This record gives sequence, structure tokens and C-alpha cells, in this order.
Amino acid sequence: MRRTPAELLASWLRRQLPSPAVAWLEQTIANLREANSDRPLYLALGSVARRLGKEPLQLQAIDVSEAEAARHGWRPQHWSTDAAARVLLLLSDEVAPERFAARLDIVCKAAEMRELIAYYQGLPLYPDPARLVSLAADGIRTNMAAVFSAIAHDNPYPAEFFAELQWNQMVLKALFIGVPLHPIKGLDARANGQLARMLIDYARERTAAHRPVSPELWRCVGRFLDETTLDDVVPRLASDNIWEQRAAALALRDCPLPEAAILLERTPALVAELKAGTLSWDTFEPPLP
Amino acid sequence: MYIDPHIHMSARTTADYEAMAAAGIVAVIEPAFWLGQPRTSAATYIDYLSSLVGWERFRASQFGIRHYCTMGLNAKEANNEALAEGVMDVLPLYLAKEGVVAVGEIGFDDQTPLEERYFRAQLDLARELDLPVQIHTPHRDKKRGTSVSLRLCEEHGLSPSRVIVDHNNEETCEEVLSRGFWAAFTIYPKTKMGNERMVEIVRRYGSERIIVDSSADWGVSDPLAVPKTAQLMLKRGIPAPDVMRVTYGNALAAFGQSGQFSEADWLSRPEIDQRMLFEGNSVLRGQAPKTGNAPVANDELVIE
Repeated sequence: MRRTPAELLASWLRRQLPSPAVAWLEQTIANLREANSDRPLYLALGSVARRLGKEPLQLQAIDVSEAEAARHGWRPQHWSTDAAARVLLLLSDEVAPERFAARLDIVCKAAEMRELIAYYQGLPLYPDPARLVSLAADGIRTNMAAVFSAIAHDNPYPAEFFAELQWNQMVLKALFIGVPLHPIKGLDARANGQLARMLIDYARERTAAHRPVSPELWRCVGRFLDETTLDDVVPRLASDNIWEQRAAALALRDCPLPEAAILLERTPALVAELKAGTLSWDTFEPPLP
Repeated sequence: MYIDPHIHMSARTTADYEAMAAAGIVAVIEPAFWLGQPRTSAATYIDYLSSLVGWERFRASQFGIRHYCTMGLNAKEANNEALAEGVMDVLPLYLAKEGVVAVGEIGFDDQTPLEERYFRAQLDLARELDLPVQIHTPHRDKKRGTSVSLRLCEEHGLSPSRVIVDHNNEETCEEVLSRGFWAAFTIYPKTKMGNERMVEIVRRYGSERIIVDSSADWGVSDPLAVPKTAQLMLKRGIPAPDVMRVTYGNALAAFGQSGQFSEADWLSRPEIDQRMLFEGNSVLRGQAPKTGNAPVANDELVIE
């Protein structure tokens, strides 16, 4: 039988944590179900790291596929035990979505960094997740990269629920704070002309300041290149950075303009890689600058 | 290695963080306090408490300094009853968090009935949550205020070994020490202790349960007060083990009783690498991250 995300979290924690920690967690959840105020929840969420420690969550391949079955797109591979426990505590009493959202707002506003990571990683698992868009968009405004990544990376929530402006700001901000784009789910499906314009403007600013541009930027641009922006890409075919050359080739391949294909022919080595399938956005993970 | 167990980093600059790291400060404790002028609502107090466990902790980490805090309602703002009630309601949200090493800084300012009411309520919270307490002793009518603070702690069943009494001077420390409490001294120019006086205190009372801090904040104060005092003590003939106790070991032992303040936090960390630890560069704003432990000179004219 398919298990719920909360059941999976509980089973993974029971397997990994020492028995006193498991006993505390189970007793706390039982108490929360009986509680008539939010105070015990606040204290429990705060004390998770004191009680349970903070280790990477150890998952097997079967756990990952059960997670996918329980909630499409859920990828707990990079979760920690404290994050799993905090999300489990939030899910432990079945309150109305409206009250859940109000409570989540309170705990996020008072959160330290590891808590924020947990609360944002849990976004796809919460009741009526569409209600939480502005909370998630607020999270994207953080300047703590690890918190930003809890929403942006390996999380199906943004692609499913963010409006275009929120999505575009998230992608641009990822470049801005120096985190990679490839762990963003739905990156290709949600590419759009407005984002491409923002990214090209950003690339021009960086170039004018003699600062490097992440080659991943061109992944969201290729389909939208036109006569006015083709020249932002073409010189990069001759870059001394191999990742930039590859990104330019991929972007030109994605570009619908006939001249893009002609320009691409000037670099037979990259064309050969494209034809062989060894050059693809799916495996494009350049080192961070 | 030094610990500054009382410093208001929210009021300090990144240049201070760099200087503190270069001087050997490995960990700081930031007590929740007022901001130089009273807040007008609990909401801004809540934002402040959140920043102590959030942004300020992150900011410190970017300079290789571990940041801890104490959480509480300070005596000055306890006199605004509406604000005080709002803050007491949210304290449970914060007190159990990672890196919260005591209830503090609490105590007396004018020694009013409202101050006493919220002081007592927070002593009960500390006992309930098994946290140490950090006491701010008053500037005015200090000796009496200190005595009453000690009595309240005892009345509420707190062991003196779990209470750190701060801002002591020559007139208060004897009672604090003889009743079994920790006695912290603030090296703060003009108003609190000078560090030459501090040398004499340690010469007279030894190093047991004595702690040196800076309480550096938005006033004229010195974020290097702890390392400077340590050096002055050594120069004036205080034995090195005693110096280490009052500028490092005692703070660790006292606040370590929270279970949230452990030497392993800074000894086991890799060399400072802002990129590895936190990926982002929001404090650095695009500068190259510093790696390694060498302090960086800030005297170059070119800004890239």
C-alpha cells in the first residue's frame, strides 16, 4: 500500500535515530495531537536539534521511489534528520489548511537557518500548497544561500506554484547568489521570453563589469534568441572556457533562427558532440566559478 | 582562543567581525537587549529576536565566528506592559532553539514592580526549560539591585551555578561570588569596568567563576575588549591558565550547561571557507571569499 509522506518520514527517522530520540519524537507527536495551544509545537520545533541531533537523512533507492510515489516530484535525498522531524511535527496533527498556513507563517518568521531549510523543503508536502505561494516567494528573498536553495533546488514547489514573475526572479537570483541552476526542477518547461530578456540584460551587465557569467544562464535563453540577442551568444563559441563554448552551442541549437544553425557549423567539434548526444542540458553541470 | 560571552553584534560592522576573528575570538554570545531607544511594539521585538537566531548568526559565520544568543525580555522594556506581554507570549518560540544558551539578559533597570514581575516570570521559564540565566545588573542602585537579583534566583529554585551575573564591579562581586554565582565583568570604557581594574580583580579573587566580556554595542565600546584584557593580564603577571579561564574556559563552562555551547563547534570546523559553509556571498557581496586563517589587510585602494 502506498504510504503518505508523513508515514515515510516517520519510518525513516525510526530506522536512523537512536531509540531515546525516537521515543521523544513519538511522545511529542502524541502530545501535540492532544494539545490545545500551539506552545508545545513551538517548543518541539525549536528543540528538534537538541533532542535528535542533525545528520544527513540516510535513504535507500527504494525510499526515494516511495517518496516519488507518495508525492510526485518530492526529492528528499538531501534532507537532514532535523528537517525530516520538523516537517513531520508540522504534519502530525491534521489542522485545516488555513490554520496550517497561519502557523507555518509564525514559525518561519521566528526561524533560525536550519529550521527555515526544513520548513521550505517541506513545501510540496503541506495541505493546500497553493495557499503558501507568498510565504515561499518571501523565502526566495533571503540572502542565505542555503535557505534559498531549500526552495529552489530539488523541490517541485516553485515550478508548480510560482507565477511567472516569481519564477523569473528565482532563476535570476540563483545566478546572482552563485548557486547552480541545474537542480531547479522544471527549468526548461518554465523558460519564457521575459526571463530570457532578464538573463541577457544580466549577462551584459556582468560582461561590462568584467565579471564572469555562469554558462548555465544560456539554458533558459536559447529558444528566445533573436537578431538583437544572437551576438550575446555567438562570441562565446570561441570562449577559452570549455563550458561556455558548450553552453553557446546548446543555446544556438535551441534557437529557431536559421542563421543560428549556420553559425553553429563553424564549430564542428561541438556539432559532433551534439550529434553524439554527449552534449546535452540534461548533463550540463559546470563547476561553480 | 577567546570567547566574548556578551556582545551586541547586530550593532557592529563587518570590519569588527574581521578584527575579532584576527584577534582570536572564536565564539560570541549576543544577549537579547534593547536597541538604545525603546521599541514601541512587540512586533519589532519579535523581528529582533528572529534576527539573533537568523541573519546575525549567519553573518558571524561568514567571518569564522560562531554566534550564540540568549533570549529574553530586558528590564527597560519590561516597563511597557503591552509590549512585555507580547514578548512573553513568543519567548517559547525561541528559547528551545539551537544555539540559545540562556534566558537573558534579564534583571533590573529602575527596579520597578513591572520589572520584577517579568524577571520572575522568566526565571520560571528558565527552570521549566532547563536553561541557564544571564542577569543584567542595574546601572543605578547597583548593589541593592544585584542583591535582590540573587535573592530572586534563589527564590525561584535556580542553582547559582546556572546563573551568570553580569556587569559586576568591585562593590558587587564579593557577594555574587560568595553566594556561588558566576560573576561576569564588562570591560566598557568610562561607564563599566576598565581593564586595569579587571587585572586587579583577578589578582584578588582568582579566576574561579569569573568571566570577562565586552558588551560592545551601539555606544562607544570595544569589540576587542576580551583579547585586549587577556593580553594586559599576561603583561601584568596574571598566570596564563587564569587568563584563559576568565576569557574562555569559564564562559564555556557556564553557558555550556545549556547543552548548546560546545568547544567542538569551533574546534572541529574546517578552516574558514565562506563558500563551502554557506555557498552564498550575500555579506561578501561578490568579493572573493577568504579561505584559510590569515587575516586580510583592508588597506588596498582598489575596490573591484
